[in-house]
Amino acid sequence: MSTIIQLTNITKIYQVGEEQVHALDGASLTIQRNEYVAIMGPSGSGKSTMMNIIGCLDTPTTGLYELNSTNVSEMNDNQLAKVRNKEIGFVFQTFNLLARSDVLHNVELPLIYGGVTSAERKKLARAAIDRVGLTDRIHHKPNELSGGQRQRVAVARALVTHPSILLADEPTGNLDTKTGEEIMQLFDTLQKEGNTIILVTHEEDIAAHAHRRVRLRDGKIERDELDKDRKVITKPAMVRV
Amino acid sequence: MKFVFDEFKEGLRIAFTAIRANLMRSILTMLGIIIGIVSVTLMGTAIEGLNRAFNKSIAAIGADVLYIQKWPWGGGDDWWKIRNRKDILITQAKAIEKQANTVRAMTPIAGARRNVKYGGKVVESITVIGTNAELTETTGSNIAFGRYFSAIEADGGRPVTAIGSEVAVNLFPNETPLGKTIKIGGYGYKIVGVFEKQGSLLGMESLDNRAYVPINRFFKEFMNQRRGIQIWTRAKSLTELDETKEEVRGIMRKVRHLKPKEEDDFAINQQEILVQTFNQIGGVIAAVGLFITGLSLFVGGIGIMNIMFVSVTERTREIGIRKAIGAPRRTILLQFLMESAALCLIGGIIGIIIAFPLSLIIDTVLPTAMPVSVVGIALLVSIFVGVVSGFLPAYRASRMDPVDALRYE
Repeated sequence: MSTIIQLTNITKIYQVGEEQVHALDGASLTIQRNEYVAIMGPSGSGKSTMMNIIGCLDTPTTGLYELNSTNVSEMNDNQLAKVRNKEIGFVFQTFNLLARSDVLHNVELPLIYGGVTSAERKKLARAAIDRVGLTDRIHHKPNELSGGQRQRVAVARALVTHPSILLADEPTGNLDTKTGEEIMQLFDTLQKEGNTIILVTHEEDIAAHAHRRVRLRDGKIERDELDKDRKVITKPAMVRV
Repeated sequence: MKFVFDEFKEGLRIAFTAIRANLMRSILTMLGIIIGIVSVTLMGTAIEGLNRAFNKSIAAIGADVLYIQKWPWGGGDDWWKIRNRKDILITQAKAIEKQANTVRAMTPIAGARRNVKYGGKVVESITVIGTNAELTETTGSNIAFGRYFSAIEADGGRPVTAIGSEVAVNLFPNETPLGKTIKIGGYGYKIVGVFEKQGSLLGMESLDNRAYVPINRFFKEFMNQRRGIQIWTRAKSLTELDETKEEVRGIMRKVRHLKPKEEDDFAINQQEILVQTFNQIGGVIAAVGLFITGLSLFVGGIGIMNIMFVSVTERTREIGIRKAIGAPRRTILLQFLMESAALCLIGGIIGIIIAFPLSLIIDTVLPTAMPVSVVGIALLVSIFVGVVSGFLPAYRASRMDPVDALRYE
């Protein structure tokens, strides 16, 4: 079991008019490979900022972020783009698929930016689509799919590069309870297959799928709960109150 | 390399999807480029036509022929001073004929306007030219039927004439003019030959509405030989034109009794003077014309830039998605640049397709065809306009923050 994410004393300060807003205020967090973590908190707690930093969409104001033992906290835009492409699979609340492209092309897209050859791309994309059970929808456009199917396409797109972490931001937020549950079961299976999954959510029953819940409040980690019966984590996570 | 190609392909795919998705908007935007390309292309074609017309017309003047005249072609000097110069006389022509070594052929030219008659038909006020037997050799003009008059006929002042094709057609619509006697200004001349059609000189005077007669007879019947003439001399070779010019100039100065420090009181004109003058004027016309038509292309480019800004804003979310899954700045920049370049290129192609039939209409006035170079330049220019006007919007897209872009509604 190895450390995949190491956040040390992360702060993120936004300048809003005259005022400085501390979205994250000295948060430290370690996540191991194959963990299933939910990052929770009310709105304004800093969980979105946390997700953006973990997802390399943003860099911290101060603090150190090591992803796979690489310091990514001071990388520039293009370096971050490369890290996102190789290491991170995003699943968004609003699916964020390209409306004018079919399922295959949507799933293929990260591989295009990753410089994978056409034949290899098609092979990997088909495998990922097959994994989420949408092989018969491969040439459909997103608007021809149901919400649950769209989110499966998004999961396939996130999986296709075999990233280090799957980062899901309220993945069931736009789905009804039943479809949401199906998507969560897909995440459960993916975790059992060895993927590291980080959920960002404010729903307790969604977070219940995870084995560890990190609760944020006012930019600080309030509680870090670990399910006792899950033998995933070898060393106890840091708890800050 | 393969990677760049794939990225390029993806860019093209995005470009065409985007253009198709907003077809009406794309077409309206293209319209600016289409109009710009049509006007620039037509202007280019017209300028090319003007050049061709000039070159074709000036060919009759001959690059290796020197025209010794009282009046310089370029103009510029004091009008009264030139007006008061002594005339060039036939005796001076004879001096050149006798003394010049670098001259291939020379011919004195005296002109007058007379009516010509044959049977009941009259052609009014044609140019009658008195000259010698070396005219065809000097000007390089050709006889279509019959022959030009010989040195013996010329020296003897025989009543023979070679006429221009227009005179021949007008006087002899249904029969051969050869051997017929026509009245030039009341005097009888036998036609020995008809010139090939030569067209007009710079669109002014027709070279075909002329009759050429031996100059010795011309002085008896049409003009006093103490009046001014021109002397045309053809150099032995074009490369030695300057030597010929100097030699002829020396002879002229001598026979006109000019002192060493006096300036020439005659002009030695040559094709080059016209070419230079034309290039100056033509260059200004071309620059002004292309500038004005270029403005419409510029306006078209602004339209493209405007619509690309709209396109970038509309697709902020898409840019966010692409960035989130790993598209670097360069890729986003390329994507939007290609979209605007494709928009302009399509506009350019449509513009050329529209301009081509219009250029055929110009062709009826000026001898021209749309040159391949103009087509090529037009296409390059439209791509250039696309890249330039797409750059700012594309740059803005490439610099977007992925977090903000993803949050954009």
